[in-house]
Amino acid sequence: MTTKTYKTVTFKGGVHPARDGKDLSRSAAIQEAPLLDEYQVIVQQNIGAPPKLLVKKGDEVKKGQMIAEAGGFVSVPLHSPTSGKVKNIDRIPGPMGVPTDAVIITADGKDEWGELMPPLDWKNTDGATLKKRICDAGIVGMGGAAFPAHVKLSPPPDKKIDYLILNGAECEPYLTADHRLMLEETEKVLEGAAILGHALGVKNVFIGIETNKEDAIHALLDKCDAYGVGVVGLKVQYPQGAEKQLIYAVTGRKVPAGKLPMDAGCVVQNVGTAAAVTDAVKEGKPLIERITTVTGEPIKNPSNWRFRLGTPVSRAIELAGGITQEPGKIILGGPMMGFAQKSMDVTVMKNTSGILLLEKSDVIQYQSTACIRCGRCLSACPMNLLPGSLSAAIESEKFDLAAKMNVMDCIECGSCAYICPAHRPLVQHFRRAKAEIRNRSKK
Amino acid sequence: MEEYGIYIAAFAAMAIIGAVLGCIIGIAVKIFKVEVDPRIELVTELLPGANCGGCGKAGCADFAKSVVDGENAPNKCPVASQEQVAAIAQALGVELGESMKKVAVVFCGGDKNQEKVQTLYNGVSDCISASLIAGGPKGCAYGCLGMSSCARACPFGAIEIINGLAVVHPNLCVGCGKCVDTCPRDLIKLVPVDAKVHIYCSSPEKGAVKMKVCSVPCIACRKCVKAAEEGQFDVKGFLVGVNYDAEKLPEADIVEKAKCPTGCLLTADKHVKIEESEKKDKGEAA
Repeated sequence: MTTKTYKTVTFKGGVHPARDGKDLSRSAAIQEAPLLDEYQVIVQQNIGAPPKLLVKKGDEVKKGQMIAEAGGFVSVPLHSPTSGKVKNIDRIPGPMGVPTDAVIITADGKDEWGELMPPLDWKNTDGATLKKRICDAGIVGMGGAAFPAHVKLSPPPDKKIDYLILNGAECEPYLTADHRLMLEETEKVLEGAAILGHALGVKNVFIGIETNKEDAIHALLDKCDAYGVGVVGLKVQYPQGAEKQLIYAVTGRKVPAGKLPMDAGCVVQNVGTAAAVTDAVKEGKPLIERITTVTGEPIKNPSNWRFRLGTPVSRAIELAGGITQEPGKIILGGPMMGFAQKSMDVTVMKNTSGILLLEKSDVIQYQSTACIRCGRCLSACPMNLLPGSLSAAIESEKFDLAAKMNVMDCIECGSCAYICPAHRPLVQHFRRAKAEIRNRSKK
Repeated sequence: MEEYGIYIAAFAAMAIIGAVLGCIIGIAVKIFKVEVDPRIELVTELLPGANCGGCGKAGCADFAKSVVDGENAPNKCPVASQEQVAAIAQALGVELGESMKKVAVVFCGGDKNQEKVQTLYNGVSDCISASLIAGGPKGCAYGCLGMSSCARACPFGAIEIINGLAVVHPNLCVGCGKCVDTCPRDLIKLVPVDAKVHIYCSSPEKGAVKMKVCSVPCIACRKCVKAAEEGQFDVKGFLVGVNYDAEKLPEADIVEKAKCPTGCLLTADKHVKIEESEKKDKGEAA
């Protein structure tokens, strides 16, 4: 344990869920999931253009072999999680509730690597090569958004980047995957941070961590100097790990409305992304596995796992000891921003940070009532919007008014809906308005 | 008398001002007169006056102008009855235009009794909002959500939600197409009013997948295709649909002949049957 100190910073607004559920899986070391006999790899695991399939039914694939190539600049390739045979290309339930194309791979049990990309000595490699490697390895933002990592690393030449911030806040209740990663693979994360900093040509590299992960902070503080990375403590407040909030907390800069972090001279990447970058650059391994927390009160042994992409959620839950009671809700991701699922037939994707089951007693059916104008949503909104007035405008379908009130800046963190005593489905209203306004601007 | 002088002066002043301003207005009207085609007013009066926008114009008056200008044929108003169209055509002395009345049909048969999977949903009662959350509470990602977005959009009250399923009353539907644009699942289509049977399913999934979530999907068994004449049905992947462009649309007896195993092939007056069955249910309960 180091005696080094760190400063603690925060943003304005947000909420602090009283029961964060992190104790369930906080102390469970990352376990390697055993090889399964079948993986169902969803083809589109990134935001942006869907990758183009390279394999067909009956093809033999090796572990790490590219099975789909990038379908554009904002896209990444996809790799096989193990060696085996393509059983079928089928439609399986996607995380958004809509059937999605997936490659079903039957494992041959040998788990043989195909040809790996050559390792790079990153200190003597230029940024463009590193970015290409990050793209070729299929790396996306692993915190949840699944935005291709190389795109964020390629700002236009007129935008000067001053800060690279690694997001280790893990502000979502229940999730502990990033916590365990920072604790157990500290050097991998730090080296990834240094590689990303090198690729961007940025000297100021920081890792932001919520102070409820004291052990991880000290693990990083012990080793960070060798990599030229600074560690910043963050107040335990949701959504501390949201990009714009993190930038404000760490640098004091505000991202202008409707603009990107690069407009404030910042790039934010998740710690999981950094670890994947280290693997891709130093060992030439593509992204085929990730750390996922399987947790919630109905889970027998809440734990952290390294799952291959395409692991069915039902199998993941079995590995964590199965369920002790019938769950009230199945969520991919955290309880605040995760996606509720209809069944356990969905599979682990590049952005599945958690598989969360909630107790029936925690899933209470509220009847939403009229806004009582208490203003709690105003103080909770980290983007300084007016959730109450916005939802009233959207309920009467005044989308132009909602656009004027900057609904497009909503980050859908759910703080307003969480705090609302009238149980108004505020975020759902905003999502609808955002979809509507986006459609209109397309026309 | 003297104390009334001030009143007389006031009245006189007002009268003079009034007369002068009146004259100015009278002259202005003559000078700045806008020529209005009296036919536009006539056509506007003959139109149904629903201002639904189904013709693509801003309202009935705008449509009337386009008809008088010869831009549109009178029958382009989807709401007007044959008689109204004929009256407009007669008044203007133009061609009637070939008319084919269309009605909207919701291509889904999965009401609450047929739906096998239904998840808990606690959000906004609006199809567009619901479809943004995990694709809505229904097991079928293509089926009718039954949260009446289309019914609210319909200016004619022709859509009713019966047991969690939107049903169009063909006698009230004028084919303006507002619901078609509203439905987030693109389930509603305008079809010729003469079409007697429809296949009430829109899911492109495989039969087995559909059967898991619904008891009345089209499983593309093609029994109807075999029972019908050539070209009356279209097979698209795992979904069969009536070919509404066919010269001869399938007759109502095809339902009997085809023996659709799931029951998604139904006659157009399906909703009446639903009402009857509801009545029966209520009767039994009583």
